Amino acid sequence: MTPPTRSSPTSGAGPTSGAGHASGTGPEAVGTSQPRRGISRRAALGFGAATAATAAGAGALGWFGRGAAEARSGPRPEDQIVEFYGEHQAGITTPAQDRMCFAGLNVTTDSVDELRLLLKDWTAAAARMTRGQETTEGGFDGGSYHAPPEDTGEAFGLTPGHLTITIGFGRSLFVDAEGKDRFGLKDKLPEALVEMPHFPADVLDEQRCNGDLCIQACADDPQVAVHAVRNLIRLGFGTVSTKWMQLGFGRTSSTSQAQETPRNLFGFKDGTANIMAEETDRLDEHVWVRDGSWMDGGSYLCARRIRMILETWDREPLGGQEAIFGRTKRDGAPLSGGGEFDAPDFDMPGSNNQPVIATDAHVRLAHPSQNGGAAMLRRGYNYADGTDAQGNIDAGLFFIAFVSDPRTGFIPIQNRLAREDALSEYLKHTGSAIFAIPPGTAEGGYIGQSLFDS
Amino acid sequence: MNRRHILLPAAAAGLGALLLTGCEPNNPSDASGSDRIAVTSSEKECQVAATEAPAGTIRFTVENTGSQVTEFYLLGEDGLRIIGEVENIGPGLSRDLTVTAPEGKYFTACKPGMVGDGIRGDFTVTKAEGGGAEVSADDQKLKDEATAQYSAYVKDQTEQLMTGTEDFAKKYKAGDDDAARKLYAAVRMHWERIEPVAESFGDLDPQLDAREADLEEGQEWTGWHRIEKDLWPPQKGAEGTGADTAGGSDSGEYQPMSDEERTQIADKLVADTKTLYDRTRNMDFTADQLSNGAKELLDEVATGKVTGEEEFWSHTDLWDFQANVDGARIAYENLKPLLDKRDQDLSEKLTVRFDKLQTLLDQHKKGEGFKLYTELSKDEVKELSDAVNALSEPLSQVTEKVIE
Repeated sequence: MTPPTRSSPTSGAGPTSGAGHASGTGPEAVGTSQPRRGISRRAALGFGAATAATAAGAGALGWFGRGAAEARSGPRPEDQIVEFYGEHQAGITTPAQDRMCFAGLNVTTDSVDELRLLLKDWTAAAARMTRGQETTEGGFDGGSYHAPPEDTGEAFGLTPGHLTITIGFGRSLFVDAEGKDRFGLKDKLPEALVEMPHFPADVLDEQRCNGDLCIQACADDPQVAVHAVRNLIRLGFGTVSTKWMQLGFGRTSSTSQAQETPRNLFGFKDGTANIMAEETDRLDEHVWVRDGSWMDGGSYLCARRIRMILETWDREPLGGQEAIFGRTKRDGAPLSGGGEFDAPDFDMPGSNNQPVIATDAHVRLAHPSQNGGAAMLRRGYNYADGTDAQGNIDAGLFFIAFVSDPRTGFIPIQNRLAREDALSEYLKHTGSAIFAIPPGTAEGGYIGQSLFDS
Repeated sequence: MNRRHILLPAAAAGLGALLLTGCEPNNPSDASGSDRIAVTSSEKECQVAATEAPAGTIRFTVENTGSQVTEFYLLGEDGLRIIGEVENIGPGLSRDLTVTAPEGKYFTACKPGMVGDGIRGDFTVTKAEGGGAEVSADDQKLKDEATAQYSAYVKDQTEQLMTGTEDFAKKYKAGDDDAARKLYAAVRMHWERIEPVAESFGDLDPQLDAREADLEEGQEWTGWHRIEKDLWPPQKGAEGTGADTAGGSDSGEYQPMSDEERTQIADKLVADTKTLYDRTRNMDFTADQLSNGAKELLDEVATGKVTGEEEFWSHTDLWDFQANVDGARIAYENLKPLLDKRDQDLSEKLTVRFDKLQTLLDQHKKGEGFKLYTELSKDEVKELSDAVNALSEPLSQVTEKVIE
């Protein structure tokens, strides 16, 4: 796969090296401008001697390195790096970026070694891409003129855009439909990695459900996110087959107190009571797995592709819309009063001997206080995927939640929402998946290593 | 089936669309127009900025400065008759109330905490220059006629539903499947015509009209669609509702119902229909319930019938489609005399679009009924869907016109 004619001294350590290192861009590359054939990003951008490699462990400055003298107003590219390595994978508590590309993939090989090698390749390429670099050094056009470039190139010249890449394992990676062991991993199948049950009114399209592996790429720029998924898919040809892909164009929740709550496609601020990155105690309780297993420090990703029936919703009177959500449309304040972030008073009496926040209001049924304290970190995205056969817009929410155990943190709540939530009348769930998100890794390791080494 | 209203207690719901009762939620920032009378409802006070207004349309903007939910009323001289009301004004929120009142003496009342008679004040409506007061009295008469007509319609449809269901159940229990299949779609039309009313009974709707995919794991499946599946059983190897919870589909092959199961499920269908029948003998409606009900019927068409999801096994979706349109049209026609006065253009547009949709539906008539959904081409489905959207959009504007 590595072109034989690469001239860069470091280019041999591409993702396929399987060496367990992020890439060949060791510390020696810092601050230097190694002479090499091909165009480094900074050369391409015309930047001179680079200054700081702010990303920890980021050897090469990549496409965005720039001299201090050239600093202009606006965010600096090096400030747009989200560290890939760490105790947890990025893309969970990272302040939600505006764009998402998500893929579910099936593993086609029977070889556990090939699977492991792929994860090493993905780790290396992901670490580089999140720094705004090519998948391999010189991958854009630094290889042979007679070989296809290793990096597909569409993110060349773009800033890192806070790209995060999060990789997960589906239940079907561990056991097949008959419950048979696929890769000798059956014993490591976590009890919490269950199959999603049928929920009332599910109209699932099997082609939008589950998968052996998942890739979640989030970034400020959709081109950066799509580039990341596309290149990981390319690295996996022969080992994996892509089952489905979903683009999200606008975040629907805040995962940091510094972010404003965005609106969903019904025009409402939803998910106000989210778990925030700053709430470390709640994260440990509701999001991170803390059981000493190979999943320790990981989480479970629950995904639902929720079609929102925009046409009928838009004909609902404002009063009805607010009653269904239990919040005001303008400010997102609970109908029991106060501001957006004030706790809803579910007992406050309203007219006709009914509580002012209706018994079937969305905010009531989804609220942790009404679900035995169960809370999740929501990180969903709006999507619009053309039209259906009737000419209505196929748009809605690609719902993503991270929980420490789907059996307690997600499934009971979704059952209740599907059954009782007034909003359900305007929703159709068309896709569904649960993935185990293994913990993060340190530089030199790879995502999922604890599964194979434990 | 409509899942949205399942949990609404029937007593409070009346009609599924009761979310809006006489109030116009509005944007607080533009609520201070000079023609509006500001009302401030606090814990202990009810400050009304003016104590008189000329006859005709009167607008109040009620701000709740208290810490509990409040309501605001304009009451007649007897202190009992409600001319207009706004409910559920949460703390810190503002709502508008628009009423049309003739010359006379009235009371305003704020009701923080919704207890007692409220904090009352005198209010006088003076003689108007143009004589708008007479208009108001006429409008009330038109509203009363509309709702009385609709009430009679609901009564008639439930009677026919009752008779038809008994007949259907008899045939089904006797194993006369051909006769039962023949009756199925035609009898269901009586249900579909008054669907929002039937659905307002949160206990009955899922028991009578749940589709397989609507069920939760482990939930018992009863009603029309359970029998539908038994009368049009899935072919071997052709399973696929996207649901896997009931009806024996979990294990792959469909198990036909035994005579005993048939009796049980048919008797329950009749018993539940009888309960619906009993509850609909003397229903009172308001004008906005008619208009919202009509809108909901078209929503049902858009999300269930035009997609072929409602009658998954029998594919008789066009019967339901026609029935929903019938029900919406009746509600609209009952309101038409009032709507003609309030917004002639809207009323005319609705007439045209109802006709257009009906013309399309007529093209798919076959014998005494309709083509099966599966006989429609993609283009025909899209054409129907477009006509539904074209009608639904202006139909959703009627409530605002008739509620005052």
